[in-house]
Amino acid sequence: MGKVLKVVKNNLEFPIFLLFFLLVTLLHNAGIVNSYIMQVLMLACIYIMMAESLNILNGMTGLSSLGQAGFMSVGAYMSAMITTTFLNVSAMNGVAQVVAFLGATIVGAIVTAICGVLIGIPALRLRGDYLAIVTLGFCEVIRAIWRVIPSDIAGAAFGLTGIPNLANFFWIFLFMLLSVYLCRNYMDSSFGRACLAIRDNEIAADTMGINCFKYKVIAFATSAFIAGLAGSMYAHLMSYIQPDVFSYSKSTDFLVYLYAGGVGSISGAMVGAFALTVLPEVLRDLENWRLVIYGALLLIIIIFRPTGLFGGREFAFLKMKTGGVKVFHAKTPILWVKSLFNKKEKKEAAAK
Amino acid sequence: MENFLQLLVYGLQLGSVYALLAIGYTMVFGIIKMINMAHCDFLMMGCYIVFFMVSIFFGDQMIGPAVALLVVLVGSSIIGGVGVGIERIAYKPLRNRPTIMCMISAIGVSTFTQNLFRALPFIGPTPRSFPKLIQDFTITVGPVQISFARIVTVAIAIVIMLILWFVVQRTKIGMHMRAVSNDKDASSLMGVNINRVISITFFIGAFLAAVSGCLYATSYTVIQPTMATTLGNKAFIAAVVGGIGDIRGAVLGGFVIGVVEILVTSVWSDLAYGFLFLVLVIILLLKPEGLLGKPMTEKV
Repeated sequence: MGKVLKVVKNNLEFPIFLLFFLLVTLLHNAGIVNSYIMQVLMLACIYIMMAESLNILNGMTGLSSLGQAGFMSVGAYMSAMITTTFLNVSAMNGVAQVVAFLGATIVGAIVTAICGVLIGIPALRLRGDYLAIVTLGFCEVIRAIWRVIPSDIAGAAFGLTGIPNLANFFWIFLFMLLSVYLCRNYMDSSFGRACLAIRDNEIAADTMGINCFKYKVIAFATSAFIAGLAGSMYAHLMSYIQPDVFSYSKSTDFLVYLYAGGVGSISGAMVGAFALTVLPEVLRDLENWRLVIYGALLLIIIIFRPTGLFGGREFAFLKMKTGGVKVFHAKTPILWVKSLFNKKEKKEAAAK
Repeated sequence: MENFLQLLVYGLQLGSVYALLAIGYTMVFGIIKMINMAHCDFLMMGCYIVFFMVSIFFGDQMIGPAVALLVVLVGSSIIGGVGVGIERIAYKPLRNRPTIMCMISAIGVSTFTQNLFRALPFIGPTPRSFPKLIQDFTITVGPVQISFARIVTVAIAIVIMLILWFVVQRTKIGMHMRAVSNDKDASSLMGVNINRVISITFFIGAFLAAVSGCLYATSYTVIQPTMATTLGNKAFIAAVVGGIGDIRGAVLGGFVIGVVEILVTSVWSDLAYGFLFLVLVIILLLKPEGLLGKPMTEKV
C-alpha cells in the first residue's frame, strides 16, 4: 500500500488525468456537457498532437516545416482506407472494430513516418526558409495525389465518406497523452539533446561529433509519426475526410498554435493548441466577427510576447530533466504581468 | 497549334498578374528575409477599393480608359499606404526576432484582414462582380482570338515592370534598396535609412499587388474576400521558382507559372494546382536558389 501511495505521489499527474477524463465522461453522460463541447474538446486534443509533432521539428530541431497537414493527411487517409475501403469495419462486432481501428492507426502512423523519412532526405539539403517552402510544396503535392487517386479507393476530390466513427474521447485523450509523453521522453533522451544542439548551432553540433543529418531525419520521422496518429484520430472522429481539409492553411494553423503557445516548449504547444482551438468556439456568438477577434488576439500575442505564452517554461508534471527548463507554476502569470510593467519602468528610466 | 497559341495568350495574361504579385513577395524577402503571407490580401483590398471607388463616384456609367487608369492608380496608392501601416504595426516590432515570427505575424494579419472584410456589413462574404473598366472587344490575329482587355493587362504589367526596373537600377532609393538587400547592417552604417527603405518596399509591393488585383479582376470579374489566397500561393511559387529576392526572377517565374498553369489546366484541371507545387519542389531540390538566383554561400 505504501509503495502504491509513493508511486501515486511521484506521478501525481496520472490520477489528475484520470479524474479529468472521468469528470468529462460523467458530465457528458449526465447531459451537462453536450456533444458539441465534446467534439470541440476532441478536436483540441487532436490539434495538441499536431502542435507537439510540429514542436519536434520547429522547436527542438530548429527545422521550419510548413507541411504538417500533409503528414496528417497521410495518416488520415491510410487509416481511413484500411478501415473503410479494405476491411469494411462497420460490419464487424465491437471488439474487432476496436482492434481494426488501433491496427489501422498504427499502420497509418508508420506509413506516415516512412513518408516523413522519404520527404526529409531530399528536403534536408535545404535550410531555413527554403526548407519551409519545400515542405509546403510537398504538402500540396500530397494533397494533389489524394485528389487524383480513383474514387473507389480514396474518394478523389469529393473525399472519403462513411468512415466508421470509432475515435471516442477515451482513445483521443489516450493518444494525446501518449504523444505528449513521447515528446517529453524524446526531448529528454540523447536524441532530443542532439536535436537541441543542432537547433542552437548546427556547425558546432557537427564539430562535436553529432551526425546532424541522421538526427534531423529521425526528428522528421518522429514528427510525422505523431502527425499520422493525429490524422487517424481526425479521420475516425469526423467520419469524412476531403483533400482540401489538409491544405496549407491547416499547416499554418498548427504553426500558429505552436508559436502562440511558445515554441520549443511541450506545455506551450499544449496550451496554445487548446486555447486557440477553443477560442473561436467560445466566440461563436459573435458570428462573423469571431475570426476577426481571433486574428487580432493572435497579433497581440505575437507582438507583445514574441516567445509565446509559455516562453520556454514547462508544466511541472512533465518532469523535464534537460537543463535550464523553468517550471510553470501558479505564480508565473503574475510574473508575466509584472514583467510587462517592468519593461515600461525600464523604458521610462531610459527616457530620463 | 492554334489551340496552343490561344492558351499561350491566356497564360501570358495570367502570368503578368502573377509576376506583379511575385515582385512584392520577392522584394519583401530580399529586404527583410521574410515570407509575407499577408501579401495576397493587398490584391483583394485593391480589388475592393477600386470596386467601391467606381460604384460611389461613377455608379453604373461607363468610364473612359484614362479615368479608369487614374482610379486604379489612386486606389493602389491607398493600398500601398495600408501596406506601410501594416508593416509598422505588425512586422516592425519583430524585426530582430527569427524571421519565422514575422511569418506568424503575417498569418495573423491575413486572418484578421480577410475576416474583417467578411464581417464588415457593406462588404460581406458574398461575391461581387468587378466593374468593367474598359470597353472590351476581340481582335483576331490569324487563328488566335485575343480580347483587348488581355492585351491591355499584359501591356500595363510590362510598363509597370519597366518603371520598377528604372526605379531600382537608376534612382537613389533603388540603390538604397539594393544595398539593404545585400547587407542590412553595413548599409545602415553607410547612412541608409533602413526604416524608410523598408516602408518604400512595402509601399511598392502593396501597390503592385493592388494593380495586379485590378488587372486580374478585369478578366475574372468575381471578387470576394477569400479570392486572393490561391493567387497569392501561385505568385509565391513564381517568386521562388524564379529565385526569391531577385526581381527579374519574379517576372520570369510569374510568366512561366502562368503559362504552365494554363497548359496543365487545359489537359487535366484537377492536377494543375498540385503540379505547380511539384514544379516548385523539383526546382528547389535541383537549384535551390531558383532559375535566376545566385548560389548562396553559408557564413560561419
